[in-house]
Amino acid sequence: MVGQTEARREGVAALALRPAGGALRLRRAWQVARANPLGVLGGLLIATLVVVGLFAPLIAPYPINEFSGLPARGPSAAHLFGTDKFGQDIFSRVVHGARISLEVGFLAVGIGTVVGMAIGILSGYMGGVVDAVVQRCVDTAIAFPQLILLLVVIRVLGPSITNVILVVAIGIIPGVARVVRGAVLSERQNQYVEAARATGASGARIMLRHIAPNVLPLGIVIATTLLGSAILAEASLSFLGLGVPPPNPSWGADISASRTSFPINTWAALFPGLAISLTVLGFNLLGDALRDVLDPRLRGAR
Amino acid sequence: MHRYIARRLVMAAAILWFISIAVFVLLRVSPGDPALLQQGINATPEKIAAVHRELGLDRPLVVQYVRWVGQVVRGDLGRSVLTQTSVTEEFRARFPVSLQLMLMTLAWIVLIGIPLGIISAVKRNSPVDYAVRLLAILGLSVPAFWVATLTLMVPAQLWGYAPPLGKQIALWENPIDNLRQFGPASLVLALGPIASIMRLTRSSLLEVLRQDYIRTARAKGLRGRAVIARHALKNALIPVVTVLGLLSAGLLGGAVIIEQIFALRGLGQYIFTSLLQKDFPVAQSLVMYTAAAVVLINLVVDLLYAVLDPRIRYT
Repeated sequence: MVGQTEARREGVAALALRPAGGALRLRRAWQVARANPLGVLGGLLIATLVVVGLFAPLIAPYPINEFSGLPARGPSAAHLFGTDKFGQDIFSRVVHGARISLEVGFLAVGIGTVVGMAIGILSGYMGGVVDAVVQRCVDTAIAFPQLILLLVVIRVLGPSITNVILVVAIGIIPGVARVVRGAVLSERQNQYVEAARATGASGARIMLRHIAPNVLPLGIVIATTLLGSAILAEASLSFLGLGVPPPNPSWGADISASRTSFPINTWAALFPGLAISLTVLGFNLLGDALRDVLDPRLRGAR
Repeated sequence: MHRYIARRLVMAAAILWFISIAVFVLLRVSPGDPALLQQGINATPEKIAAVHRELGLDRPLVVQYVRWVGQVVRGDLGRSVLTQTSVTEEFRARFPVSLQLMLMTLAWIVLIGIPLGIISAVKRNSPVDYAVRLLAILGLSVPAFWVATLTLMVPAQLWGYAPPLGKQIALWENPIDNLRQFGPASLVLALGPIASIMRLTRSSLLEVLRQDYIRTARAKGLRGRAVIARHALKNALIPVVTVLGLLSAGLLGGAVIIEQIFALRGLGQYIFTSLLQKDFPVAQSLVMYTAAAVVLINLVVDLLYAVLDPRIRYT
């Protein structure tokens, strides 16, 4: 029973990794998708979100940061999600919020993964003193409570969208560096590295042209699993008032603002939070599925 | 073993030293002047200079750093720039709050997360398993600050109920009001960790159930329940204990957001306000304390590992 599902998964993974062309590739994609219905669900959630984010100004019925109806009301035909304490349309704010969330999430994870991979490859390939120093720094960063680290750094930089992206990226780097370093340690034992060295390739060339492409799939898997937590980090910072500054619509900041609404209006907290939850859920489902398909070594690692 | 402990202690000290420099420098280069905050915007330059002298801010950074480290090593956490109160005293008042929150949160995690993980592994691929796994991934996706906000808003809007948040109530003073404060807060704080402990218990137990000695235990005729309880769990829970240790280390420094929302006057809230107000004697000492708690508990967990699992030997 156990062996059977495992074997099937390995088979699917092998299928996904084998290069194929045209119609065959489509059929294989379909097989992979059928074996991972939850991953497909995650993908659909994210795809919807990306579309909403891209076309936010067309989808949102009202302009944001403008009075558009009686304040602190529940859902109605005119205001699908109701209005917040300033009389702004909550649906429009949630739609625009998708943009900010995705922007921060993708950019932060992109920067964090690239820098983390670079550090991991350097540390793993060079070994010796470089590795020892880098690994102690990584230990330190991982030992540190994440949110407090983010708060200290954002306090230094000051809140702005760019800085939120930077801070969340900084929070991602150590974890990526550690996992990638581990993969590089085993990767550099391979014969292709030896062969490259024998042909006279420099260290930089081996790292960039030979090792980097081989740890890239691992990097992509890690990046996907990190997108959810990056978006949560942005929302948490914005909730505390140190994230995306107003007047930008941010789900986290909108939930925070709803707490001081009078009369109490639960809708103003409910919908932005649902948006965060569905986004993070989408990335988590997609990440889990990608990990199962692309990298069986990491299965159940989280 | 002794050499291993010694080496780890040296390494822990090095990490803490490194963090202390990072925290000190970061807080000094951040914008905002504590003297200005203390005296208000109408303060004269002479007054500001006097405050700087009093706080030692006119000395070179290296001197300030050495003086601070000397203080902290002696157990004196310094004095708040804004309120002039002793950080050590404030810490003593707030530590029990964060400790109670941590203990109750851990209790929820252990009482809910581990049993659900076990059931999920034992009844693998059954509807119960799917339900538990779905709950776990939901628990990891839902932001705690949102659930916390709704926990306060929904009862308030529907029934006009609000937990007593005005002042901090000790457990022995008024147990019921105390639990009305800490109960919801700890449960919300536990949601994410419950989900990860559930997943970890499940995967770890499944791993162990595949091993030969489990088959032996079954073959000699032990009932399924005995195999799980007496043979499998002992090994399966080792990684779970590790993660619980790490979680509690993080919680001992206070839960910034949850304490903020439920108006619990714990360490997390203290760190947050001190960072916001740039009260850096407070911020730097508290951040150091948190780091020290994490590093030391990490060490203890690693050593416990060897006790729990005789196969692991450190050299």
